[in-house]
Amino acid sequence: MTAERVLVAGATSAIAAAVARRYAEAGADLVLAARDAGKLSAVADDLRVRGTGRVETFVIDMVDTARQAELLAAAQAALGRIDVVLVAWGTLPDQAAIEHDVAATLACWEANATSVVAFLAQAADVLEAQRGGCLAVITSVAGVRGRRANYTYGAAKAGVIAFAQGLRARLFAAGVAVVELRPGPVDTPMTARLRKGPLFIGPERAGALIVGAIRRRRDIAYIPGYWRWIMLAVALVPEGVMKRLNLSAG
Amino acid sequence: MSGYESWGRFPRATPRAVVPIRWRDEPPSLADLPGPLLPYARGRSYGDSCLNDGGTVLDVNGLARFIAFDADRGLLRAEAGVGFDAILNLIVPRGWFLPVTPGTKFVSIGGAIANDVHGKNHHRAGTFGCHVTQLELLRSDGTRLVCSPTANAELFQATIGGLGLTGVILWAEIALKPIPGPQIELRASRFGRLEDFFALSEAADADDEYTAGWIDGMSRGRRLGRGVFLGGNHARGDGTWRGAHPSRLRLPMDVPEWVLNPLSIRVFNEVQYAVLGRKSARAFAGYESFFYPLDVVHNWNRAYGKRGFLQYQCVVPFDDGLAVVREILDRIAASRSAYFVVGKVFGSIRSPGMLSFPRRGVTLAVDIPNRGPEIFALLDAIDALVIEARGAVYPAKDARMSPRSFEAFYPQWAAFARHVDPAFSSSFWRRVTAGLGASDGVPAKAQATAPSAPASVAGAGGPSAATAAAGALGGGA
Ligand SMILES: Cc1cc2nc3c(=O)[nH]c(=O)nc-3n(C[C@H](O)[C@H](O)[C@H](O)COP(=O)(O)OP(=O)(O)OC[C@H]3O[C@@H](n4cnc5c(N)ncnc54)[C@H](O)[C@@H]3O)c2cc1C
Ligand SMILES: NC(=O)c1ccc[n+]([C@@H]2O[C@H](COP(=O)([O-])OP(=O)(O)OC[C@H]3O[C@@H](n4cnc5c(N)ncnc54)[C@H](OP(=O)(O)O)[C@@H]3O)[C@@H](O)[C@H]2O)c1
Repeated sequence: MTAERVLVAGATSAIAAAVARRYAEAGADLVLAARDAGKLSAVADDLRVRGTGRVETFVIDMVDTARQAELLAAAQAALGRIDVVLVAWGTLPDQAAIEHDVAATLACWEANATSVVAFLAQAADVLEAQRGGCLAVITSVAGVRGRRANYTYGAAKAGVIAFAQGLRARLFAAGVAVVELRPGPVDTPMTARLRKGPLFIGPERAGALIVGAIRRRRDIAYIPGYWRWIMLAVALVPEGVMKRLNLSAG
Repeated sequence: MSGYESWGRFPRATPRAVVPIRWRDEPPSLADLPGPLLPYARGRSYGDSCLNDGGTVLDVNGLARFIAFDADRGLLRAEAGVGFDAILNLIVPRGWFLPVTPGTKFVSIGGAIANDVHGKNHHRAGTFGCHVTQLELLRSDGTRLVCSPTANAELFQATIGGLGLTGVILWAEIALKPIPGPQIELRASRFGRLEDFFALSEAADADDEYTAGWIDGMSRGRRLGRGVFLGGNHARGDGTWRGAHPSRLRLPMDVPEWVLNPLSIRVFNEVQYAVLGRKSARAFAGYESFFYPLDVVHNWNRAYGKRGFLQYQCVVPFDDGLAVVREILDRIAASRSAYFVVGKVFGSIRSPGMLSFPRRGVTLAVDIPNRGPEIFALLDAIDALVIEARGAVYPAKDARMSPRSFEAFYPQWAAFARHVDPAFSSSFWRRVTAGLGASDGVPAKAQATAPSAPASVAGAGGPSAATAAAGALGGGA
C-alpha cells in the first residue's frame, strides 16, 4: 500500500478506527471526522503515534448535513487530493424499542440513510472533479433483505446500497470507484447488547478486510466474503417463509 | 468471547456483569455498577487474581490506544489495555525495547502494572513498576488521579502490584530501553547440579542482561537440580527481521489428558537435556523466540484439559544456603507432576510496589496439571517451606494459597488494604483475606461476598507438547 490521503467520516467507530490504523501504519495522511471531540482526539493521538503521516481532526455531527461541505473543504485543504473517502458512521437502534416510535424511526433513517446519501452526493462531486479516487461506504448485510430484527436500520442501509449502485455507474466515467462494504456482525459498541454468536468477527479483522476491498477497488464486498453466500441463501427464502422466521443478528 | 477465565483455567468464575471501558475520557460511572468490581485485561494471570466471581468485570481491552511516543527519549504513554505485542511492533523498529517483559507478550500495560511483573533481567532492571513514570487511576467515586513517584505517591505504590484493587488504570507512561537491534545473542550452558546453576547465575549477572535457568523437574538424587542455563544480551543488529513470526495456530479443543503421561514427558526431558545440554552453545535468536517461546502456540493452556492447571511460583532468599531450594525441587520431582522448573536469581533492586512479589533470592516457577487434592497438599507443603525461608508466593500465578500463607508472605497487606478502592475486589482477594482481621483495615467489601469454593479439584491432566518444546528456552520467570 503506498502512502495515501484518506478522509474517514465517523472515525470513532471501532471498525473505522481499525481501518484508519492500517492506513496510518502504511504512512497515510488522514483527516478524521467524528461528533465527539474527546473520542476523536483519542483516536487521532493513537494514529499519530502509529503512523508517520499527518493526522487532522474535524468535529461534526454528520446528521448536520449543512456542515458536510465544510468537512470536505477542510479535508481538501489538508490533504490536497483525496484518494479515499470512507463513510463509516451509523447507529443500530433496538428495533423493538423504536417500533411504535415514529420520531425514533426517522432518526434511525436520518443517521443511516439521509445523512449518508447527502454526504456521498457531495463527496462524489469532489472526487469526480479530481477525476479519481475511491468512495467507500459501509452498509450492512442487514440492507440486503429486510428482517424482523432490524428492518428500520436494514431499510436505511438498503437505501444507501441502491444509491451507491447508481453513483458507481455515474462515477465510472470519471475513474472514481465506489466501494460498498457489507459487514456481517462485528463485535463493536454498536452490537454490545447483542448475544455474540459464532459468526461475529472482531473489528481488527473487519478493518483488514475493508482495507483489502478498497485497495482492490471492489464494487461490493461482503465482510468477510462468506456472507455473500449466506445472503444469497437468505435471498432465496420465500417471503412466505421469511415472515414466519425470526432471524436475528446485525 | 464468552470466557472471562484465567490462564490456568482454574478456578472457574462467572461474573454477574461485564462492563466495557472503551474511552479514557468518558469512562462509565462505576458508582452505579453492581459490585464488587475488578478490571480484566488479557487474562494471562494463571489463578484467580484476574477473576471476580459474582461481581462486575470491567473489561479494559477497549483502552488500546497509544497516546504519545517520544522516540528520542524513549518515553511511551499508552492506554492501559495496550498489549506488549502492539508496543513491541511500534518500538522495536525504532530502536527501543520494553524495560521489563514477562514470558508472554500477550499482556496489557495495566495487567503488567497490577502484578508488577518481572522478567529475565530482574537482576539488572527490577520489576516493570520500576519503569512506570506516571499513570492515571479511576476510582469508583469517579475521581481520576494522576499518580507518580511524586504525585499521589502512596496510591502509586499501592497500584503497582496492587492486583487491580486500587481502581482502574486508564493510561500509563513508561520509560523504554534503547537497543541496538531486534536480535538476542544467547548462550546456553548445561549444568549438572544446583550449585552450578547458582554459580552460572552469579557469573552471568555481571555479563548478561537476561538470565534464566531451565531445571529438570523429574530428576532426583544425584541428578537433582540439573538443567540448562540461559544468558542473553541484545545483539548489535543488522536490522533484519529474523524473529519467528507470530503463529495463527490454535488448539481447537481440549486435548485428552492421556495424550501426555509422565513417561512420555520423562523421555522428552532426557532428549531435550541431551540435545541442548551437551555443552555450552552460543546463538542468535529473534527477540520473540528468546522471550516468548510459548506464544508460538495460541491457547496452549488448553492442552491441560478441562480441569486446567496450576502454576506455582515462589521466591526464597538463599543467604542460608540452598537447602530449601533443593527440598522444593525434590518434592516437585517426587510428585512426578512437572517436567521442568524455571529458575531465576532475582536481584536486589526494590520496586516502588507495596505488595510486589519479587525480592532478592531465587525464584522457581512450575506448571502443574490439576490432579486434585494430592497437588494441593504438595503445594501447601511447599508453602510451609517458603514461609520458613521468609520467601513469598506470586499472586499472579496463584489459585490456592491459604489466608495464613498470604499473611505470612505479605505482612504489609493490611497497610496495602487501606488503598483498596471500597468498590473493588477479586476472587483472589476474597479468598486470601477470608478470616484475616477485618479490623486491620480490610474494606468490608473485601469480605462481603463469600469466597466461592473451588469448583473441582479432582482429576488428572498432563503438560503439553507445546510447553515442552518451548521449555528449552525457559518460558516463564
Ligand atoms: C506464558 C506466560 C508467561 C508469563 N511469564 C511471566 C513472567 O515471566 N513474569 C511475570 O511477572 N509474570 C509472568 N506471567 C504472568 C503475567 O505476566 C501476568 O499475570 C500479567 O499481569 C497478565 O497481564 P494481563 O494483561 O493478562 O492482565 P489480567 O491477567 O487480565 O489481569 C491481571 C491483574 O491486573 C489487573 N488489571 C488489568 N488491567 C487493569 C487496569 N487497566 N487497571 C487496573 N488493574 C488492571 C486485573 O484486575 C488483575 O488483578 C506469565 C503469564 C503467561 C501466560
Ligand atoms: N458492528 C456491526 O455488527 C456492523 C455490521 C454491519 C455494518 N456495520 C456498520 O459499520 C459502521 C461502523 O459501525 P461500528 O460497528 O464500528 O460501530 P460503532 O463503533 O458503534 O461506531 C458507530 C459510529 O458512528 C458514529 N455516529 C453515529 N451517529 C453519528 C452522527 N450523527 N455523526 C457522527 N458520527 C456518528 C458514532 O459516534 P459516537 O461514538 O460519537 O456515538 C460511532 O463512532 C456503521 O455504519 C455500521 O452500521 C456494523
